[in-house]
Amino acid sequence: MSAGTPRALASSGQKPIQDIRHPLSAEESALSRSPDVLHPGGAGERDLILPNGTPVDTSSPTSSSSLLNRLQLDDDLDGETRDLFVTVEDPKKHVSTMETYITYRVCTKTTRTEFDLPEYSLRRRYQDFDWLRNKLEESQPTHLIPPLPEKFVMKGVVDRFSEEFVETRRKALDKFLKRVADHPVLSFNEHFNAFLSAKDLNKRQGLALLTKMGESVKYVTGGYKVRARPVEFAAMGDYLDLFTQKLGTIDRIAQRIIKEQSEFLMELREYGPVYSSWSSFEEDLHDPLEGVSGCVSNCSSALEELTEDMSEDFLPVLREYVLYIESMKNVLKKRDQVQAEYETKLEAVVFREDKKTSVPADVEKCQDRVECFNADLKADWDRWENNKRQDFRQLLTGMSDKNIQYYEKCLAAWESLIPLLQDKQEAKGETN
Amino acid sequence: MLACDYLVCTQASFPFCSLFVIHKYDTTNLTPGIIYNIWDTSLLKKMEISVAEAEKRTGKNAVNMQETYTVYLIETRPVDAASEGTNPALDSLWRRYSEFELLRNYLLVTYPFAVVPPLPEKRAEFVWHKLSADNMDPDFVERRRVGLENFLLRVASHPVLSSDKIFYLFLTEENGWKETVFETGFQAKADSRLKALNATFRVKNPDKRFAEMKHYGDELQSVISQLLRVRARAADRLYGVYKVHGNYGRVFSEWSAIEKEMGDGLQSAGHHMDAYAASVDDILEEEEHYADQLKEYLFYADALRYMCRKHELTQYELEMAVQDLTSKKQQQEELATGTIRTFSLKGMTSKLFGQETPEQREAKLKMLETQIEEGEEQVKERNAECDEFVKSAWVDIERFKEQKDHDLRESLISYAIMQISMCKKGIQVWNNAKECFNKM
Repeated sequence: MSAGTPRALASSGQKPIQDIRHPLSAEESALSRSPDVLHPGGAGERDLILPNGTPVDTSSPTSSSSLLNRLQLDDDLDGETRDLFVTVEDPKKHVSTMETYITYRVCTKTTRTEFDLPEYSLRRRYQDFDWLRNKLEESQPTHLIPPLPEKFVMKGVVDRFSEEFVETRRKALDKFLKRVADHPVLSFNEHFNAFLSAKDLNKRQGLALLTKMGESVKYVTGGYKVRARPVEFAAMGDYLDLFTQKLGTIDRIAQRIIKEQSEFLMELREYGPVYSSWSSFEEDLHDPLEGVSGCVSNCSSALEELTEDMSEDFLPVLREYVLYIESMKNVLKKRDQVQAEYETKLEAVVFREDKKTSVPADVEKCQDRVECFNADLKADWDRWENNKRQDFRQLLTGMSDKNIQYYEKCLAAWESLIPLLQDKQEAKGETN
Repeated sequence: MLACDYLVCTQASFPFCSLFVIHKYDTTNLTPGIIYNIWDTSLLKKMEISVAEAEKRTGKNAVNMQETYTVYLIETRPVDAASEGTNPALDSLWRRYSEFELLRNYLLVTYPFAVVPPLPEKRAEFVWHKLSADNMDPDFVERRRVGLENFLLRVASHPVLSSDKIFYLFLTEENGWKETVFETGFQAKADSRLKALNATFRVKNPDKRFAEMKHYGDELQSVISQLLRVRARAADRLYGVYKVHGNYGRVFSEWSAIEKEMGDGLQSAGHHMDAYAASVDDILEEEEHYADQLKEYLFYADALRYMCRKHELTQYELEMAVQDLTSKKQQQEELATGTIRTFSLKGMTSKLFGQETPEQREAKLKMLETQIEEGEEQVKERNAECDEFVKSAWVDIERFKEQKDHDLRESLISYAIMQISMCKKGIQVWNNAKECFNKM
């Protein structure tokens, strides 16, 4: 493992499969919870408890609690038994002569027969996730594929190996896999299966694969012009456009708030110490002034935490949704293409209707494709809307929580100062 | 914000009122432990004082040009009548800031041993961007009104200053007050700045405590200035943080318009964000009061330094008188014994032009004798003056120290309470918003 970066990544080592607890295992274990699965920040006041008794931190949208939330709130899954669980954890740095990169441990637990084993644990790098997503897009073009975090980062600006960047990425990758695993169609995709179970991905890349949906379909890009998007899909497109706009605005606002808070923090860091220097030449007032100085310092730390949290947890999720929307717009366009192809071919046939030939097979196939696409897309859209609702509910309540925690910390600091400030007076009162 | 509650009666070195603070550093012959109520002779026992209103006026000034200025309404009411249940009419008169300044200058000159309460600032300083630096701005005028009232209350509760006639007339006689002040001739008593500066540099043996106090005044001024400056900058930033949250209100509203189930939750959360943004105005206005309290002590530091300079001046004058006397005595000795110990023009001229006649010498000796007598008188006077000044000044300084410690502690407490209130409001708003988000 590499050393040298100021905040080296945790190298907890790969756990043997037997030690990885199944989230739904019946054993009541009072063992310390796995530090990889849960947010390192520790549990807050509103602890959710997983069925196996471990408390969960609800702050990260990608944590197990989000999974639990979906179990509790997602109507679609009512009655459906979960049989596939995946997590992304334990980022580690690998240094080789050619390059330096990060790998993540992908843990799978499943009862599905499509998998040879009930549990898997292997390491993947971003490249592999990217491969998976491309494969999914290729093989399931009628479905909405969840987004990956940004591929490229400017080397000078962002430290690709900093703890914060890696953790943000890990959460996004975890979310990606979970979304795929939750999808009734995508989760059965063989590439997904391979990603989770195959030791070496490269071997499987070239093979011709039979998907559950049937043969992979090639879609013509361009060439066909769709007459009109059906109302429901047009509405989707419009919504996505507006929604992207709003997300962009919220992103800008959040960034501005972070900036203003950082500048406020800078002033606070100068403000507190002035009280300290004042106390140095006071007698009676020495303790009260020192107390105020300490208080301001505590508030500064609390503010710093707040801005960091917002940067690390809030902004990335917003951006991820923008990417999601981009890929969804592309799927809508593909759907338009399929429809256009069908319409064009149909028109060509109708022209020849006087010849009383039956509708040719390829036109029928086109029609099938359109209908399948539309059906898949509608189902996915509904699923996406539901997830979006939960994700944003969680994101915004999370933001509220962080702000509440900040104010609570400050409140505690100032409240504890009051008795200190009043102290001398009571003593004086007694002597009088 | 009134001065100390408990004071001790001491020797009658002052004709007016004899109430001083007992303090562990007090070295005069006080009997510790005897405590009397302050209000026996202070003016506040007899009358209620307030600066009730402010008004804009226009008029011709000294150079016959139109000017706009603000006047403040001073209201007074005798206390005894009010406590009997009847509500006597208020006496009131209008004064402008310059008249307050005149009063203060008079007090400074007339009671050099007192720490004279400061006036609120002449021009708005330490402003953050939303605060106006304009003297005509209504917020500034309002804060000045409060500051002027505070000034009057401070003077009225000062053991010595409150009994001053001119102060009483300031509160009760609108017309002719200025003339009366000038008639006291206080301006002639004022020390020239040059004289004071000269003394500061040349004094040899100032009382150490005053030097320490001057140092304290310097440090206090420096630290409070810095505090006010940084606080103003921080206020600016805090304003920005809160106001930008208002933008959430707008975007949530727009977003809710394109949502179905999420719409209501978003919309109401947006309202809470608007409320959050709006709350900062009240928060910062309250903080301004805290800043004003600090400013008063910033200006008090000046008063401390002023008193220190006065001490240096009296001490210097004493030293000068002593020096003068010594040199005269020396001259007498030289003349009497005929020896010239030090180089002097006299010595040179006598060497050059010959000694003087015995008659001339007699005359000179006689003159010197008178001068020495006068000189000794003057040294005695100045010594007494110096002593008197040191004693009474130090007593007022002790009173001031107690007042300062008490007031600043109170200020810090109310500042902490302000912060607590702000935090609680923040928690409430975000909890409200969270409830709305949960309904999304």
